[in-house]
Amino acid sequence: MEAALGLLRRMPPKQSETALSALLSLIPQHSSDLLSQVDLPLQVLRDIESGKDFILCEYNRDADSYRSPWSNKYLPPLEDALYPSSELRNLEVEANDIFAIYRDQYYEGGISSVYMWEDDNEGFVACFLIKKDGSKSGHGRRGCLEEGAWDAIHVIQVGPEEEEMAQYCLTSTIMLSLTTDDESSGKFGLSGSIRRQMKMELAVADGHLCNMGRMIEELEGKLRNSLDQVYFGKTREMVCTLRPPAEIVQMRLPDT
Amino acid sequence: MTNVSLEVIDGDNFSLRQTFIIERLEAAMADEEDELPETELSYDQRKEIAKWFLLNAPAGEINYVAKDLKAVLSDEEVYNEAAMEAFPVYNKSHMICLEMPSRAGDVIVSSYSEITENEYLDPRTAQVAIVDHVKQICTKVRPANDEELPSLYIEEYRYALDAEIQRYVSESYPKGMCAVNCVKGKDTEGPGSDFELVVIITAMRLSPQNFCNGSWRSVWNIDFQDESQVLDIKGKLQVGAHYFEEGNVELDAKKDFQDSTIFQSADDCAMAIANIIRHHETEYLASLEVAYSKLPDNTFKDLRRKLPVTRTLFPWQNTLQFSLTREVEKELGLGK
Repeated sequence: MEAALGLLRRMPPKQSETALSALLSLIPQHSSDLLSQVDLPLQVLRDIESGKDFILCEYNRDADSYRSPWSNKYLPPLEDALYPSSELRNLEVEANDIFAIYRDQYYEGGISSVYMWEDDNEGFVACFLIKKDGSKSGHGRRGCLEEGAWDAIHVIQVGPEEEEMAQYCLTSTIMLSLTTDDESSGKFGLSGSIRRQMKMELAVADGHLCNMGRMIEELEGKLRNSLDQVYFGKTREMVCTLRPPAEIVQMRLPDT
Repeated sequence: MTNVSLEVIDGDNFSLRQTFIIERLEAAMADEEDELPETELSYDQRKEIAKWFLLNAPAGEINYVAKDLKAVLSDEEVYNEAAMEAFPVYNKSHMICLEMPSRAGDVIVSSYSEITENEYLDPRTAQVAIVDHVKQICTKVRPANDEELPSLYIEEYRYALDAEIQRYVSESYPKGMCAVNCVKGKDTEGPGSDFELVVIITAMRLSPQNFCNGSWRSVWNIDFQDESQVLDIKGKLQVGAHYFEEGNVELDAKKDFQDSTIFQSADDCAMAIANIIRHHETEYLASLEVAYSKLPDNTFKDLRRKLPVTRTLFPWQNTLQFSLTREVEKELGLGK
């Protein structure tokens, strides 16, 4: 299993689907482990009744059908399917609406979905998903990208309320890829993924949505910066190590 | 690996826009996780998958991939056969440098220096290196015979160019390797025919302890055209970097170049070519730097802004504002 994860970490991020599929064929006995530990770019389905797209994931799936957060119906239709309680569904509806506005503010486009379900500990789990196509043919406002994809998966476990406080445990995964293609720099592509966790204990009086929203915003921001500065920064450093810019005069090393 | 594309199902209110890797994912997501699929992979299928992993290893990482692959396959025979087929392709494509015995220097393994699959010419020392691809070492060397070497006329040009390139590489690349091979017309005795030289420059920086590896590959084809007395120059640069500390990010950048210069004496050609290469490569590096500097505030913004247009964090607590927004949206007919 560890070897399988090691392989996935080394394969080009853009080929992660093919790599995972290949591993599933080689070691089918570890399938559920692999699938739970590896994230793939998000798939989307259209809910024609509501006229909106929604994102597919394990958390809105039952058998081979997926539940739309807009109409709360399974597509394709499914009998005896799982649904959140009506109380949770109300929260889910509000979350989807607010998160859509959040998404628009930061992503200027894209698709979002929120799914909630009760867990065994009298708390609940919420999954916030965002999928953005930032290419110039997609929702890329500035037309910089030949190809650009951002997939965010935020899973928050909310513990039961104790003394007006609740525990929130957020696991965020970002997968992204971007490619620019122009006269001077040719084809320039960066891609990758990163996952982090954040735990907080917050007052329930502020409202679950507010608490969860703030955590997601904070962690998303941190991950964006980390990807940009640290991760992409390291690749930039590597390029400069391979071939330092002309301004830096290289002294001949004595041992060459 | 089967990919199934689902078309719109007539009568139902849904359409599927993406391709699902259905067979494996469905079987896996079903509750019978202990059940092996009915169709087991054939020997050849497993070998092809193994080869795919090896060939897609980033620069300098094929041995780590090999180790993990062996554990996943747990079948030495499949692995060995896959390795025998994949390693030569990988080595040539990454232009790996192998040390020749008796301190003769390094030989660059590439399709331009290939004599047979296991023999590679080092034109600088006029030796042929015999290599073991899977172990990635040079096992022995032998002197090249006359049929493998270019004619004196060609060698004059090759040698001069090699000297100039070596000078350029030692100035610009802290750990670069280079070679000049004749890939066409190597037996040309004198003026009156076309010939082609290929300049290879390769640099690798491997820091697995820092979770960072990178490689630079330049291939410049110089086509000496006798009739027009012109040198047609085509370059291909490829830069890659992989950083994987608690995450996984890869850079994949490439660019093609085109230039030309006049057909002169060997020394003059060498200087002109080296200058052209130096010029393009330096410019490319500068434009890569520009691409990187545009990332945080421009390019990345097309994916996700740092902050909303309001330049403040999202007002989660202000739910009244949302109801208001919705009312306004409805009024203006902006709602979806």
